Amino acid sequence: MTDWPLLSLVTFLPLIGAAFIFFFTQGDRAAADRNAKSVALMTSLLTFLVSLVIWANFDISTAEFQFPESHGWLGGEINYRMGVDGISLLFVVLTAFLVPICVLASWEAITSRVREYMIAFLVLETMMIGVFCALDFVLFYLFFEGGLIPMFLIIGVWGGPRRIYSSFKFFLYTLLGSVLLLLAIIYMYFEAGTTDIPTLMAHGFTAEAQRWLWLAMFASFAVKMPMWPVHTWLPDAHVEAPTAGSVILAGVLLKMGGYGFLRFSLPMLPLASDYFVPLIFGLSIMAVIYTSLVALMQEDMKKLIAYSSVAHMGFVTIGIFTFNTQGIEGGIFQMLSHGIVSAALFLIVGVVYDRIHSRRIDAYGGLVDRMPIYAFTFMVFMLASVGLPGTSGFVGEILVLVGVYQVNTWVAALAAIGVILGAAYMLWLYRRTIFGKLEKDSLQGILDMNRREIAFFAPLIVMTIVMGVYPGPFLDVMHVSVDNLIGQYQAAMQAAADGAAASGQLAAR
Amino acid sequence: MYHAIVFLPLLAFIVVGLFGRLLGDRPSQWITCGAVIIAALLSLVAFWQVALGGQPLKVEVANWIVSGTFDVSWALRIDQLTAVMLVVVNGVSALVHVYSVGYMSHDPHKPRFMAYLSLFTFAMLMLVTADNFLQMFFGWEGVGLTSYLLIGFWYHRPSANAAAIKAFLVNRIGDFGFGLGIMAIFMVFGSIDLDAVFAATPGQVGKSFEFLGWNLDVLNTICILLFIGAMGKSAQVPLHTWLPDAMEGPTPVSALIHAATMVTAGVFLVARCSPMFEYAPTALIVVAVVGASTAFFAATVGLVQNDIKRVIAYSTCSQLGYMFFACGIGAYPAAIFHLFTHAFFKALLFLGSGSVIHAMSDEQDMRKMGGIYKYIPQTYGVMWIGSLALAGVPIFAGYWSKDMILESAFAAHTGAGQYAFWLGLAAAVMTAFYSWRLLFMTFHGKPRASQEVMSHVHESPPSMLVPLYFLAAGSILSGGLFVHFFVGDGAAAFWGQSILMLPDNTVLADAHHVPLWVKLGPIVAGVVGIAVAWLFYIRRTELPVRLAKVHREAYLFLLNKWYFDELYELTLVRPAKWLGRVLWKGGDGRIIDGFGPDGIAATVINLARRATLLQTGYVYHYAFVMLIGVAALVTWFYTTSGGGGH
Repeated sequence: MTDWPLLSLVTFLPLIGAAFIFFFTQGDRAAADRNAKSVALMTSLLTFLVSLVIWANFDISTAEFQFPESHGWLGGEINYRMGVDGISLLFVVLTAFLVPICVLASWEAITSRVREYMIAFLVLETMMIGVFCALDFVLFYLFFEGGLIPMFLIIGVWGGPRRIYSSFKFFLYTLLGSVLLLLAIIYMYFEAGTTDIPTLMAHGFTAEAQRWLWLAMFASFAVKMPMWPVHTWLPDAHVEAPTAGSVILAGVLLKMGGYGFLRFSLPMLPLASDYFVPLIFGLSIMAVIYTSLVALMQEDMKKLIAYSSVAHMGFVTIGIFTFNTQGIEGGIFQMLSHGIVSAALFLIVGVVYDRIHSRRIDAYGGLVDRMPIYAFTFMVFMLASVGLPGTSGFVGEILVLVGVYQVNTWVAALAAIGVILGAAYMLWLYRRTIFGKLEKDSLQGILDMNRREIAFFAPLIVMTIVMGVYPGPFLDVMHVSVDNLIGQYQAAMQAAADGAAASGQLAAR
Repeated sequence: MYHAIVFLPLLAFIVVGLFGRLLGDRPSQWITCGAVIIAALLSLVAFWQVALGGQPLKVEVANWIVSGTFDVSWALRIDQLTAVMLVVVNGVSALVHVYSVGYMSHDPHKPRFMAYLSLFTFAMLMLVTADNFLQMFFGWEGVGLTSYLLIGFWYHRPSANAAAIKAFLVNRIGDFGFGLGIMAIFMVFGSIDLDAVFAATPGQVGKSFEFLGWNLDVLNTICILLFIGAMGKSAQVPLHTWLPDAMEGPTPVSALIHAATMVTAGVFLVARCSPMFEYAPTALIVVAVVGASTAFFAATVGLVQNDIKRVIAYSTCSQLGYMFFACGIGAYPAAIFHLFTHAFFKALLFLGSGSVIHAMSDEQDMRKMGGIYKYIPQTYGVMWIGSLALAGVPIFAGYWSKDMILESAFAAHTGAGQYAFWLGLAAAVMTAFYSWRLLFMTFHGKPRASQEVMSHVHESPPSMLVPLYFLAAGSILSGGLFVHFFVGDGAAAFWGQSILMLPDNTVLADAHHVPLWVKLGPIVAGVVGIAVAWLFYIRRTELPVRLAKVHREAYLFLLNKWYFDELYELTLVRPAKWLGRVLWKGGDGRIIDGFGPDGIAATVINLARRATLLQTGYVYHYAFVMLIGVAALVTWFYTTSGGGGH
């Protein structure tokens, strides 16, 4: 079975589904819509199954890229190369896990242009999975930027009233980053003669080149993360996006920035990564504390969760740039956990939004009286977001904090303050929406979650708790690849130190 | 068996928590009570085997987090200290479970309440059986969560919701210290397993490390960080403000969580880490001073409170202070002994006051009580027993432990010890005073409640009274029966390796050789307090009113709890909100967006609006632009590679 091009399969299966919807679900609108939804669900479930097969066949004892595929493309110097290692594998699984949930969440919420919507989602899935599988920088870039198109469409066509403003903001930010990333790729191509990722990792750019390349990549990845101060597109994009759009945005798209740092900045540009640590730590701490304080004062549920995402992503960047096992594994785990928890929180908002059509916190209150199942579900994800031990949120946070404490106690202490603030805004949100008396007229007839909603929340709850109580299977996947990454980084630093020492001796003579 | 002790309550929680509404009230109560009662009986067996038999053991359960050298498992550590805690936790919990069946009989959410209680019990058990700091933190946060859920149990009440959040957040501030302590431990020792850390502790004496830019002593810093966590959980000044507010929760919760078990977790932590604290003299002084100050401060506030539960809450706060300064002078066994006896009599006082509240139609203000001892004689009787134990009257449980603590403090012959001794003695007078003030105001004098309330006053049902009898028995017997093992000649054999006291720490032995006046001091203090209370509230009832009028500032200062809440509101809460708003509107809105995207976007949007009326068209345009870009890129690669490569 491992001879199959599994990665291409998992990547392009959704695209096939999209094509199927495009060509075969004609006819009267209601039937076409229904068929489109079914096809999308089937395809995404099948994709998820394939991703599980990949995980099952994944060898955790090697840092090599597995399930490799390589085909000549674009004249031989740029190839179609795919492969996953312990860093990327789980993101593939995460993406494939979330898309069926998104399809289910959109089942009744989307009423106009359903076929187009499902096509957009499946195309988006192909692009996202492609990002994590690509082993060629140009291929990566195509997926990376290509994913934005369906995302634009999802926000812009099916979004809220201010969708135009939001997509503009999104566009302006990402455009700037993308252009610089492209320049970096072109430079690397001229310098190394290839865009093959493993080759580039081993290339060893000069210290000065590294800094410029690093900044160019940083521009792109920091926007995606998003890091402070280029985060302001995120709250707006979330607020206007339809629920499933927010889920994908928070669940997967935000992870591309962190993945970019891990896949490119760290291994290819170790010296620059080391050089810019203070910048990363400074911005991350700003993100953690600043956006937590801002989240405290939000009046819109989605905005609050969006700001909390920025704060949580601050932990990820801190973790990645500690260059030690706990920090990096914690960062990756935090991304996976956030992918599930924040996705679930946006779904939580979606549930009541579908009923009342308001995201304002003060439009709610006392929901537990009529929606006990909802209140329970919300509670689980609220606690995971707060980082309560026993939920997935804790494992990532504590590993990052343990990692960074070894590097810099100030960063650890300030980040830990963010944990206190995180509890403040989430508990307050929960209290204002769920607790209190159910007094508002608009809420008197509100219904608890239906079977479809329970069906897509159940796996999310299970994952949140399993990852919190028994994170072993997830961490095991990462160990070897992360150790390898750290080994490369240390070797590069050692080489640079030796070189400096040698040149110092030379100068001394 | 040890699995059963810890996981039965969890199982009960899962079953009742998920299916409680399907099962109905009765089965839910049976399942939770049954599980915890079995766990309690098994805990007695464990106490027999481990503590009295001297056979500590460990049970591995599973791996938890493994990342590089950071290797943490789920494991149960059952040593003597744990065995004592198992009896306290499961014992009181079982009684409170049963009591709740009666107390919550009118509440519509019985299964939920019982499920939370069981979950709390599980979390507390995880805390006391932890074999590493992270699992302890798991239990630590778990009890915090259930405390939050139970304080806010009556979620219709805004005050309950506010109190719940306050409890969680103030605890988080303490956990901030605990968390940093764990990180520091991992960095210094390369492990967070208790045994590994304790074994390596002597090697770290006198070493220093960098912490927040300062060069500090390793062990003192770590111990103080851990103690900050303990201060949050055990409501020590200045992190005590959440505990009185936590009385918003149903009374069984106050008895179980905010008196007998959770709030003593901090004391447990310090005793558990005695192998580190013994080598951290500065940290011990901090512990002693904070503990003694809290004992005194909380007692002063307790003097003037009018809510029956708040009086007991401040009393708890004060008694926890005793336990901490006992730890601070190195008398860990005395601290745990007081924890043990306190669990019985404080749970008794809370559940007894719950019985009063139940009888008075949910009235908690003592100014609206009085003259009811004839109607609820059994409750009245057990409240006396609880008060006698609390005031440290001889024979009763509290006498043995409190006496031991005060004598140890005197025997320590250090500055901190003297400070603790005198403040502790003063607090003992006040303790006796407010305990009898409570008794007299509640039960004696003329009835101050309305006719309607008075006509409903009734004794509680057996499900509530039977637990009270058990606790009353504990409040009388637990001191004299165990003094030999906990702090007497049998102490060294009893505690084994679970508590470390260095050879030069002879405070327990010295405590037996203090001057006579020191030994009599606590008893005299108790008698004086009771006499003054009698004078004020039975004999000459106009005195307290006059006193409050003459010393109005002092009275208000105490009534308002030394203005801690107001201080925090002014210095922390409001600035945080203000900053949040400024950063949002000013930072994000005006500065970042104003100079960044909006400035550019505004121009572009204007142009675009003129260009087309089709709204969704915009996005297609961008997509189109991007596609062109991608196409251009591909073309460019084709041409360059075609030109160069072929």
